[in-house]
Amino acid sequence: MTELPIGRGGRQLLHPEVAGRYEGDLSQDGAPLSHAEGLSQPLRAKIREPQPRGARQRGRRRVDHAEAAKRFIAATEHEKFHDERLWDMRQKRDQQRDTIPEWEVLRDLASQIKEHTLAHLDTYLEQFEAAALANGAHVHWARDAAEHNCIVHGILADNGAKTLIKSKSMLTDECGFREYMAAVGVEVIETDLGERIQQLDDEGPSNIVAPAIHKTRDDVAEVFARVYGSDPDNDDPHYLAHEQRVATRPLILAADAGMTGCNFAVAETGGITVCTNEGNADLSANTPKLHIASVGIEKLIPKVQHLGVFIRLLSRSALGSPITQYTSHFRKPRDGAEMHIVLVDNGRSARLGMEEFWTSLKCIRCGACMATCPVYRRSGGLSYGATYPGPIGAIIDPTFDRHKYSSLPFASTLNGSCTNVCPVKINIHEQIFAWRKVMAETHELPMVKSGLMKAAGMLLSSPAAYRAAISASDVALRTLPHFVIYNPLNTWAEGRAMPPAPARTFHSWWAANRGKGEKT
Amino acid sequence: MTCARDSILEAVRRNRPRGEYPPISPPRFSLPEPQGRQAKFIGSLKLMGGTVLEASTEQTLLETLEERLKQAGHVCSAVPEIVGDRNLAAVKSPAELADVDVAVVRAILGVAETGSVLFTERELRINTVAYLAQHLVVLLDPTEIVDGLQAAYDHPVFKTAAYAVFHTGPSATGDIEGVLIHGAQGVRSLTVVFQPRPAVG
Repeated sequence: MTELPIGRGGRQLLHPEVAGRYEGDLSQDGAPLSHAEGLSQPLRAKIREPQPRGARQRGRRRVDHAEAAKRFIAATEHEKFHDERLWDMRQKRDQQRDTIPEWEVLRDLASQIKEHTLAHLDTYLEQFEAAALANGAHVHWARDAAEHNCIVHGILADNGAKTLIKSKSMLTDECGFREYMAAVGVEVIETDLGERIQQLDDEGPSNIVAPAIHKTRDDVAEVFARVYGSDPDNDDPHYLAHEQRVATRPLILAADAGMTGCNFAVAETGGITVCTNEGNADLSANTPKLHIASVGIEKLIPKVQHLGVFIRLLSRSALGSPITQYTSHFRKPRDGAEMHIVLVDNGRSARLGMEEFWTSLKCIRCGACMATCPVYRRSGGLSYGATYPGPIGAIIDPTFDRHKYSSLPFASTLNGSCTNVCPVKINIHEQIFAWRKVMAETHELPMVKSGLMKAAGMLLSSPAAYRAAISASDVALRTLPHFVIYNPLNTWAEGRAMPPAPARTFHSWWAANRGKGEKT
Repeated sequence: MTCARDSILEAVRRNRPRGEYPPISPPRFSLPEPQGRQAKFIGSLKLMGGTVLEASTEQTLLETLEERLKQAGHVCSAVPEIVGDRNLAAVKSPAELADVDVAVVRAILGVAETGSVLFTERELRINTVAYLAQHLVVLLDPTEIVDGLQAAYDHPVFKTAAYAVFHTGPSATGDIEGVLIHGAQGVRSLTVVFQPRPAVG
């Protein structure tokens, strides 16, 4: 293990307390590495504390993001490490961007390719299907999650498959696939380390590229000790990763079927492209005789040449790594094997018709919006209580269930950083704001907010009342005691310091200095 | 009941976004390589955790490789230059290759931009050999390195092969506190050996 000076990454840490020393594998020349999910700045969670759990699920009742976020923030070591680690990903992403002069042009191209494809999705789906069938693959169509699960179950049953190894797929999480398969007696084994940790701990992924990013090494050691019987006091990540490799490999070798998700489905070839760092998608698809790929219909792109744009952007945006370790293209079944592609709608075609929100379908699931979001970094992905956390989740989740996820568009500062880093230029923060309007119009505002909004609405509709109120509130901010300003009704002040009130309002200054004789 | 396929396509047509969205042909971006393509490839590969077999004065690269392989357990070769002790032609099930220590394969091409190498089922023979082996050795003709991913995607295998895959360094994970670990599920190391492609004869 190499001792490296703190601050190797050459940046000021948000939380200097979590600075660590380099513990990862080294390059051939003995240098520290920061590819894949590796840190560019050594960090370590030092204080042992219980892992904060995610938002409470109560059927279709509204997810209380703020309540779960409060518990995450109260676990200070988790919160600081999480904040710092995600910010490191954002820094790595910026470093990659700076090596590519055409970066902004690539973002424009990626956005335009996706918009073109979505606007002609029927044609490209038909082209993809025809090419895939010609390749000898089976193509299935699922309107919703239930149909997806049922189709996959049918394929497994036809092949007498009782065990399934799979690589990470947000779509299968969206479909509640593992829960469904558990109920019908099919054993599902996640092969991505982070996703496997989450499966063994009975949690969903908290991040779309690093599923267990909210867990410290102690949390992982605790899970593995419970499930694998490993040493609970050995929290060395090398040891833990080895335990999982050794435990999972026999399951991979013996599995009846393999499953992958899909990053890009190419209409021209009928093939799918999957990106992983562990090579686990390649093991899942190439080891058993049966490969099933779950593909959201928005994953289509027209041509192979378009991959040259998206693959250059995806991992650089996601992790700040030039490319994933494996970029795999599955076009035909192997000799003697079967390949099934399940095309899943599950709300996507309806979203296509939502004028303000359809461009969210451009998303390539890189997670850059999460790494940059101050609310996500400080509240943890599980506090969103939904398959898709963070800024992209705030605009996608309400399309699945507007009431249940009505608090998510409010889990944002609207700082626009998500929009600025999005590799396919989704106007995420504008859509978050648009969802707030939808929530207000459909009476989905959380109760305290709706009371305050009603009062604000009366004020804002009358300029005279507004000005009087601003003057009064500035006086109040200057003079009212702390406990009145920071009261439970003023949710904005929770965790924030209120700005000092200006000595006078702009309007009164204007009236006194410039506005003489003018009507104010 | 209408079938799922037709109802999805019908909904997609009904909800088509308004506006003109013309097809896009991305331009080819040039990638500067001041030290040359091979040097750029080596630099990129090392940043991704890959290694390059270095030449010594006494031995050829192939001799160095053969000597190293003598210290390995089971060697499985998919190239004529190296003889292993496991015969890929005799493999009945992809899982059989789980005890392989080192696999040796040849890449179709290398990508200077990222340090990637490209294989299809033709190079791997049995696809799992490149994942179940503990270590992967890749023969690459230095004249077959392209500048970037865009150029790599021009290769016809993406339209003809059953399976095409870029490997960029070894299997890796940082899923536990961002600590970088090679050999998550797949190979623990990937070593490139520069070796001209033998003439077809």
